[in-house]
Amino acid sequence: MQKIMGSHLTLDHFRLASFSLPSSLLHWSKPPPSRTWTVVMTYQQDYLSPCLYPLSALSDIISTVEFNHTGELLATGDKGGRVVIFQREQESKNQVHRRGEYNVYSTFQSHEPEFDYLKSLEIEEKINKIRWLPQQNAAYFLLSTNDKTVKLWKVSERDKRPEGYNLKDEEGRLRDPATITTLRVPVLRPMDLMVEATPRRVFANAHTYHINSISVNSDYETYMSADDLRINLWNFEITNQSFNIVDIKPANMEELTEVITAAEFHPHHCNTFVYSSSKGTIRLCDMRASALCDRHTKFFEEPEDPSNRSFFSEIISSISDVKFSHSGRCIMTRDYLTVKVWDLNMENRPVETYQVHDYLRSKLCSLYENDCIFDKFECVWNGSDSVIMTGSYNNFFRMFDRNTKRDVTLEASRENSKPRAILKPRKVCVGGKRRKDEISVDSLDFSKKILHTAWHPSENIIAVAATNNLYIFQDKVN
Amino acid sequence: MAGVAGPATGSGAAGGDGDDSLYPIAVLIDELRNEDVQLRLNSIKKLSTIALALGVERTRTELLPFLTDTIYDEDEVLLALAEQLGNFTGLVGGPDFAHCLLPPLESLATVEETVVRDKAVESLRQISQEHTPVALEAHFVPLVKRLASGDWFTSRTSACGLFSVCYPRASIAVKGEIRQYFRSLCSDDTPMVRRAAASKLGEFAKVLELDSVKSEIVPLFTNLASDEQDSVRLLAVEACVSIAQLLSQDDIEALVMPTLRQAAEDKSWRVRYMVADKFSELQKAVGPKITLNDLIPAFQNLLKDCEAEVRAAAAHKVKELCENLPMEGRETMIMNQILPYIKELVSDTNQHVKSALASVIMGLSTILGKENTIEHLLPLFLAQLKDECPEVRLNIISNLDCVNEVIGIRQLSQSLLPAIVELAEDAKWRVRLAIIEYMPLLAGQLGVEFFDEKLNSLCMAWLVDHVYAIREAATNNLMKLVQKFGTEWAQNTIVPKVLVMANDPNYLHRMTTLFCINALSEACGQEITTKQMLPIVLKMAGDQVANVRFNVAKSLQKIGPILDTDALQEEVKPVLQKLGQDEDMDVKYFAQEAISAVAQRLRKLDFPVKDSEEPSAPGADKNHFLRPRGPGEDTGKVLPLISRHKETEWLEWLPRRQQRQPSLGVQVQPRDQHISCT
Repeated sequence: MQKIMGSHLTLDHFRLASFSLPSSLLHWSKPPPSRTWTVVMTYQQDYLSPCLYPLSALSDIISTVEFNHTGELLATGDKGGRVVIFQREQESKNQVHRRGEYNVYSTFQSHEPEFDYLKSLEIEEKINKIRWLPQQNAAYFLLSTNDKTVKLWKVSERDKRPEGYNLKDEEGRLRDPATITTLRVPVLRPMDLMVEATPRRVFANAHTYHINSISVNSDYETYMSADDLRINLWNFEITNQSFNIVDIKPANMEELTEVITAAEFHPHHCNTFVYSSSKGTIRLCDMRASALCDRHTKFFEEPEDPSNRSFFSEIISSISDVKFSHSGRCIMTRDYLTVKVWDLNMENRPVETYQVHDYLRSKLCSLYENDCIFDKFECVWNGSDSVIMTGSYNNFFRMFDRNTKRDVTLEASRENSKPRAILKPRKVCVGGKRRKDEISVDSLDFSKKILHTAWHPSENIIAVAATNNLYIFQDKVN
Repeated sequence: MAGVAGPATGSGAAGGDGDDSLYPIAVLIDELRNEDVQLRLNSIKKLSTIALALGVERTRTELLPFLTDTIYDEDEVLLALAEQLGNFTGLVGGPDFAHCLLPPLESLATVEETVVRDKAVESLRQISQEHTPVALEAHFVPLVKRLASGDWFTSRTSACGLFSVCYPRASIAVKGEIRQYFRSLCSDDTPMVRRAAASKLGEFAKVLELDSVKSEIVPLFTNLASDEQDSVRLLAVEACVSIAQLLSQDDIEALVMPTLRQAAEDKSWRVRYMVADKFSELQKAVGPKITLNDLIPAFQNLLKDCEAEVRAAAAHKVKELCENLPMEGRETMIMNQILPYIKELVSDTNQHVKSALASVIMGLSTILGKENTIEHLLPLFLAQLKDECPEVRLNIISNLDCVNEVIGIRQLSQSLLPAIVELAEDAKWRVRLAIIEYMPLLAGQLGVEFFDEKLNSLCMAWLVDHVYAIREAATNNLMKLVQKFGTEWAQNTIVPKVLVMANDPNYLHRMTTLFCINALSEACGQEITTKQMLPIVLKMAGDQVANVRFNVAKSLQKIGPILDTDALQEEVKPVLQKLGQDEDMDVKYFAQEAISAVAQRLRKLDFPVKDSEEPSAPGADKNHFLRPRGPGEDTGKVLPLISRHKETEWLEWLPRRQQRQPSLGVQVQPRDQHISCT
């Protein structure tokens, strides 16, 4: 089924959840929310006895999830530098209910741990981001990055194999050269489908700090990579040269007040990109204006509410993710407690603000102590930009319907994730008395966090990464 | 392969001695699938040999189908394959069968690697010429259509390059279709394809009838020039050149100029950069009248553009622009319309702009003549010689010869000297290196007197620079100076100073003496070498530092050919033999090397050391496939390709990293070179 490049991994290392599907569909909602979500599959990336291999288990933690442009493929990257690609089951008419299923398509080791001898720095193999390229031929291409190096991978299928040698017979035994009287040209014969991943380009040595984002330009020939202080522009064909377009490094590092936290290109305008900062601001730059985009064209910032000011204000206002809507008219940002939607034409405040887990406001002190306050939650749009999804703690993730203003909290966990099961909405109780089915703020598990999620580009299928588990849920199938 | 080169139509034709001649071919065929990329590559490069042995029939029916599906290979192999197939017509049975080559090239034209695709397109273009008009329409045109309507943009981009070769030979009806296909690619959904179409627009326009150019190409051009993607718009500027060449003055004015004016004022700096970069071509294409009316004002705007990249590109074109102006009124025009802007650029805020200007500004002096140069350009040169950026000063100094011809260098020498001295002592060794390289040129123009007076001490100071690269360059510089000023000058000014360093307490400086001797001995000739240099070298053989001693051995080997045999026999030989017994391994090794080299020269004399170290002729077997080979034998022979790549990548990177560190991140280079091409 697959060929693994340069890796010690085999499929045996993964335990896939069974796909036998119960027919009963439970409805969970009262009052009915806008959508009901059913489990399509869960995929646990771990070894048979994780307690024996705690380090291996750590390397299984999924660090990024991304659908390709058609939604046919889903890629995940993990702390161990591996990329696993899932392919959607081909639709078949007699098995309509199976259509949301994703199977492992290819697994490969994208990055290896390295050591920078000049700076005496260890470079982790953890995959920080994966971005798919628009499909250009029968093969698929994706960019994967760790802290320092971006790689372009080609994932291609092969179903033919050449057969017939001149100097060897069918069993591979050498023939006596004297018996060769005719020449044989190899013939191609069909074979089992083999998927192989090959590294096509390695874009290295351009980042002094840790890469946090990569984004493919709509011109299909360039992409950018952003680290804490700089953004570089690359051409896909050229690996030994990149152009620095943003540099916020102060001459004196002691004057450093903010870092770049995320950056993304506009989905249609090749000259526009945004980057967010740890101060909760977003800058929009126009590459037409100047070769160096140190000066922004737009600056999105919400004035701070003085009544909410606290020791943690600055930390929790840091933006952990920024995403353009598919239409390109809005941008969404995630900070520690909220998701905000900004209209590109209104810089002074967001048009919408959604509370993700406001109940944590009282717990910031302990979240600071256990470092959770620095968690970088990502956020995603659905295909039509009408719903927003982002993660929280206790394996909860949140969805906000921008039209109906309804929101829901769902949980991704192995206990309630039998295939076809329907997700129940969860509720966290804020006040003193706890109703049945509610969970109190104090019993939330902060070690179970959902940082990475992805939404199918056109359908209501979502992928949610909870530590080393990947869950795929689908809007209720009728 | 002469054995099988006969009229072999199949394996049977090889006849009686079949085994002997078939074996190498059999190996070649098997190695088409070897795991080692180098061997596969080697086989592909000998594809014509395989085809010749198989004969035209089997090449067509067996080899080509196999190759068509071999597109999984490494890029290098595919590139070689695409190249081979372009010259394959004879091997498949001549022009009548040229179409058999289309399927493998078609599949190569869809791979993702641009170089492979481009090569496949190049080969397809080559083969198209070998098609008869009938075959062209029966086989080639359908292929172009297939590619042009392919699902993936790789195939559609490849199609763009094929229209211009099949259009001229197609029938009227087919021509219409071809134009239709090209039109649709110009408005393709993906920017990749539009870029490919835009870059081939000029080429396609050239083969079209003039009416079609006006009615079809111009609208396409106008559309592409207002594309939403910057990368497409900037390619339209290039097309502008080709299209303008085809049209009359009036048509250019009406059809092309509105678009060009718009491009010169485009919102994106990359498009304006492209206009600046292509300015000379544009100037030639539109002719003198439009240049005066339109291009000069546009150029003035580019010279004061708000983006430094654009100003730098325009500054680079100043000289060419001025050269290409019509002779009549050229001087006035430059003085009134260009020079004021140049004056501004001399004090530009961006150093890349200034250094771009500095690299061409000296060229203006020949155009403007002596008086104008002295009155108007000289102040600019002098200002640039005092510029804070070393690159600007270097660019001025490196182009001094242009000024020398017009006004003589004396006018500049007073300012030149401080500039040179400052560069010579610059903190960055690369700057020092650059100025050393101009020293022989400067010396030639300033004359020996001026040189002795002012610059000689600098040249000697470099010999003790703390950076090796500078010391090395300084020794080479001395050699070039000696070539210029002669041996007498060397004997009086250089050699004594060099030889004094042999007693320096620093062993690196003592070694510099040896390096200088290596470089100078040939230029100085036998007498000086034997009388002045050799004694010093021999004396240094007793140096306490082993590095010096083995360099003595190397030097003796180097200057050996210049010395006469007496000196070799009497003086060099005993010293080398002594060094041959040195306790240090390296000294011994180099002494042995020198002894065997000297021995060759003294062969007639009775030199006691046998030159056992004579390099044995390596049994390298160039036609390696002629030799039977076991399956595991070839592993390890060729360096694994990947590790080699890594290494070179790393090496290439090193100097750049050093360059980049000082101005962190702000790496300003002409960026379009890589952005603009598809």
